[in-house]
Amino acid sequence: MKISREEVEYVAMLARLELTAQETEDYTGNLNSILEYAGILEKLDTSEVLPTAHAVPLHNVMREDVVKSSMDAAKVLANAPDVENGFFKVPKIV
Amino acid sequence: MSVNDYEMVCGVEVHAELATKTKIFCSCTTEFGGEQNTHVCPVCSGLPGVLPVLNREVVNLAIKAGLALNCEIADYSKFDRKNYYYPDLPKNYQTSQFDLPICKAGWLEIMVDEEKKRIGITRAHMEEDAGKLVHSGETITSSMESFVDYNRTGVPLLEIVSEPDMRSIPEVIAYLEQLVEILEYTEVSDCKLEQGSVRFDVNVSIRPKGSSEFGIRSEIKNLNSYSSVRRCLEYEIERQAKILDEGERVIQETRTWDEGKGITLSLRSKEEAHDYRYFPEPDLVPLVIDREWVERISQTLPELPVARRARFQSLGLSEYDAKVLTDSKDLADFFDQALIEYKDAKVLANWVMGDFSRILNAQQCAVGDSPITPLQLAELLKLIEKGTISGKIAKSVIEDMYTTGKDAGTIIKEKGLAQISDEGALSGIIDGVLAANPQSVEDYRAGKERALGFLVGQIMKATKGQANPGKVNQLLKGKLS
Repeated sequence: MKISREEVEYVAMLARLELTAQETEDYTGNLNSILEYAGILEKLDTSEVLPTAHAVPLHNVMREDVVKSSMDAAKVLANAPDVENGFFKVPKIV
Repeated sequence: MSVNDYEMVCGVEVHAELATKTKIFCSCTTEFGGEQNTHVCPVCSGLPGVLPVLNREVVNLAIKAGLALNCEIADYSKFDRKNYYYPDLPKNYQTSQFDLPICKAGWLEIMVDEEKKRIGITRAHMEEDAGKLVHSGETITSSMESFVDYNRTGVPLLEIVSEPDMRSIPEVIAYLEQLVEILEYTEVSDCKLEQGSVRFDVNVSIRPKGSSEFGIRSEIKNLNSYSSVRRCLEYEIERQAKILDEGERVIQETRTWDEGKGITLSLRSKEEAHDYRYFPEPDLVPLVIDREWVERISQTLPELPVARRARFQSLGLSEYDAKVLTDSKDLADFFDQALIEYKDAKVLANWVMGDFSRILNAQQCAVGDSPITPLQLAELLKLIEKGTISGKIAKSVIEDMYTTGKDAGTIIKEKGLAQISDEGALSGIIDGVLAANPQSVEDYRAGKERALGFLVGQIMKATKGQANPGKVNQLLKGKLS
């Protein structure tokens, strides 16, 4: 598997990361070596292994539908870059 | 070509908030209308290091909806992360279901212009709702800034996706109404459209009539009333027809509906990329749904509207009456409860849809809050049947029942409204009326049938309407012959 510069730029855009040309270059190399390393797994014979959707051998972990108190609104907003009237304030969306 | 030369193809996604007390992955309340950002905790605000735990009731309600929509319920289901950036989504991903939804391959039957049509339901899956955005401008595209309230973040949703099976606006509306009615009947969602607890996304394209290929569709998101859906589709079909007529191509995109201007607007931006990079949610373990669980939920399913209408018609009600009674679950429940005590379905239906509904509407009282109980209405109708009061007197008794909350029997006793059926008593009154109106007696005997009506009227007047009309007729004719 080989990841291209364009793919790195695309993933950076999706993740809202602004990369310099040098960084794009570096990440392309780094990601490729990670993928290459993970590629070792492809050599395993998995023909006898059932597909798995989850790594933890548990299922049906649920809670009852009972209300508990929420967090104090001041705490909820404590890390907000901008607040107005109890709302998080965000810049123009579209 | 004119709009009429095209055929529309439409599929819809319906997001219904499930009627749980708490959010899907945390114990914050789902109550509507709290102060902004007061129903928020570390889990639903996506703080680092927290772990979601699935609300069992969400799964119960999803299974219930799936069964009511004729879906297959999965043996094995899981959650996935749908990644995108939007300020109403504090985690930058929505926990949803991708390839293993809890329900799939269902259908609903709709009726348009007397014709039955089956609309396929591709799937229904569980997911979390996003927060609420308030825009500073009139619309999202004209706003310079937005305000976010995360109270709704994490409220459980069931997203129900239809097949692109609808070919006209009436079909779309019929499907949506039918679907909402089922969700309401099964109490899966409170279906308060005005509070946004059910929202519609429509996918629509057009193609020349007779063509079997699909056109390019646009998706209009977040409609919250049937009238918006209707108007939006009317606009969108015309917009697309114009583009095709000019030899251009429709762009596949998401659009927003501007209710005030009655137009759809593109929500496209260079930032938008529909690449959600779904992957299995590592923080939630899969669901294994055994058949006993499904069976247990199936036992709690109420009779659905379509079946109820059929049953009401089998009791002798017209299709129209059956429809009116079942349009509201509360009214149909009221009817069914009264029916246990009073067996004449036709008479009962007339009273429930007639005087009972008229009084409630006039007083703007919901069926559930009615001071008149089903048992009390049944008792009133039995008193008419027994001849204790006439139907006419009963109309004033039911008014008193509403205002006082008293039983019909009590009101009749207190006001002395009981019908006079005693032959001796009636005979005396009739003799008096005959003696006072010799001319009418003569006219009747001379063959003027109308004179009889006048005499009956006089007798009813003399008894303040309390004379038993059947008895009066019988006795009067006897005396005049």
